[in-house]
Amino acid sequence: MTRAPGETLLRVSGLTAGYARPVIGPLSFEVRAGEVLGLWGRNGCGKSTILKAIGNAARVFAGRIEQAPGLTLAYLEQQPARFPRMPVTGHELLRSAGAARTDAPPALAAILHRRLDRLSGGQYQLLWVWSALATAADLVLLDEPTNNLDPDAEARLVDLIVRPGDGRAVLLVSHERRFLESVCSRIVEVSVDRESGCSS
Amino acid sequence: MFELIPDLALDPLFRLPFVTGLLLAGLLPVLGALLTLRQEWLAALGLAHLAAASALIGLAAGLPAVVGGTLGALVAGAVKTLLRARGNAAYAFMILIGWSALLLVAANSAVGDSLGHALIDGQLYFAGTTELLMSSLLVASAIRLLPWLMPLILRATFFPRFETANRRPTWHWRLGLDLLTAASLAVATATLGLMGAFALIFVPAWIAFRLAPSWRWTLILAILIGGVGYLAAFMTALALDQPFGPVLVALLVAGAGLAAFSGAGTSSAT
Repeated sequence: MTRAPGETLLRVSGLTAGYARPVIGPLSFEVRAGEVLGLWGRNGCGKSTILKAIGNAARVFAGRIEQAPGLTLAYLEQQPARFPRMPVTGHELLRSAGAARTDAPPALAAILHRRLDRLSGGQYQLLWVWSALATAADLVLLDEPTNNLDPDAEARLVDLIVRPGDGRAVLLVSHERRFLESVCSRIVEVSVDRESGCSS
Repeated sequence: MFELIPDLALDPLFRLPFVTGLLLAGLLPVLGALLTLRQEWLAALGLAHLAAASALIGLAAGLPAVVGGTLGALVAGAVKTLLRARGNAAYAFMILIGWSALLLVAANSAVGDSLGHALIDGQLYFAGTTELLMSSLLVASAIRLLPWLMPLILRATFFPRFETANRRPTWHWRLGLDLLTAASLAVATATLGLMGAFALIFVPAWIAFRLAPSWRWTLILAILIGGVGYLAAFMTALALDQPFGPVLVALLVAGAGLAAFSGAGTSSAT
């Protein structure tokens, strides 16, 4: 579904999330169509739990997560699935993700015919992220997408994320402030101190 | 003397068993490729043991082996989905439960011992209309179901959070794959034998995963390896008067050895 620029896709209000017990929150923010929002915080402060709560993989203890009607999500966790043998090409990976876009960046287009297990770790991770970005999802959730990427690959990741995408929004979690500043329209700081809450 | 196509292979008596086995030899490698992709190939051995055990229990209750085995395997497949049993530990327990049940039932029923051996060795040459019908039904079900299951399985493997993030259920395709696998293994165990069925699940996919340039070719190659291995085993077992199951396993393992040797230089770049 094509969204109007600026339309609120996701509203998180006073969210406290965790698993057996709360690990993060309260936290409030909005994600609007067309923007790239970054959640920044130190390792271990519970940033990933926020994405998991939005992606129905963590428990919501308090607060609300409101989605725009008909919102579709594409959610990638920290590491792509990696097996010793993966006889699946990049083209087939894109198809399995339901990728709607065919304008892959040249560096990725050149490797789409190769098996995933014949790609370097960085190539595979970039292709994996592109697979999510190339879907018709309204909101793409990316958890620490720079993990294991060298500086060159990280620069290519920035190019992927900032490519225009029909009002699609991206919600990014990372502990790398410099990366978030290079790619995000806004950054929300996530604090581990639950008493002080989180600021944006 | 060894003949390329033994006279017995052309005997009308062997046509039903031959076609039944050929259908299964085309189906099991495809399921094997999916199970290998899901890292669940060991579950097939557990399901095959449980199918063999339930076939014997069915015989004791007056049901044909293929019917009893299928019912038991379907229940096992459904329980596997319900309990979300995944991982080597879960599959090891399935194998142990099936093995224990198989041998205990065999030891405590009148014809169980010889039938237990038959299920382990395979009794392809005794396959009749029931086995052929069930194999045809399974192949038809796979042709109907796999175009729906395959994309969901690939997506769940590489993008495991996509479905849950959008509150889409995943139990239906998991159950579909588990039931199709369980029923196929039950019919295959009753005809090709326990290890013959498992070998057709495991080995063609194992080879194809090393050699195929894509997923599409993985499926094609797995079917071809399964089919050629089956044909070679059928002819060899008849020509040399050997039990079919062990011959099939031996030929497939030999093929895997060749593939490992030829594919030694094509390992992952990472």
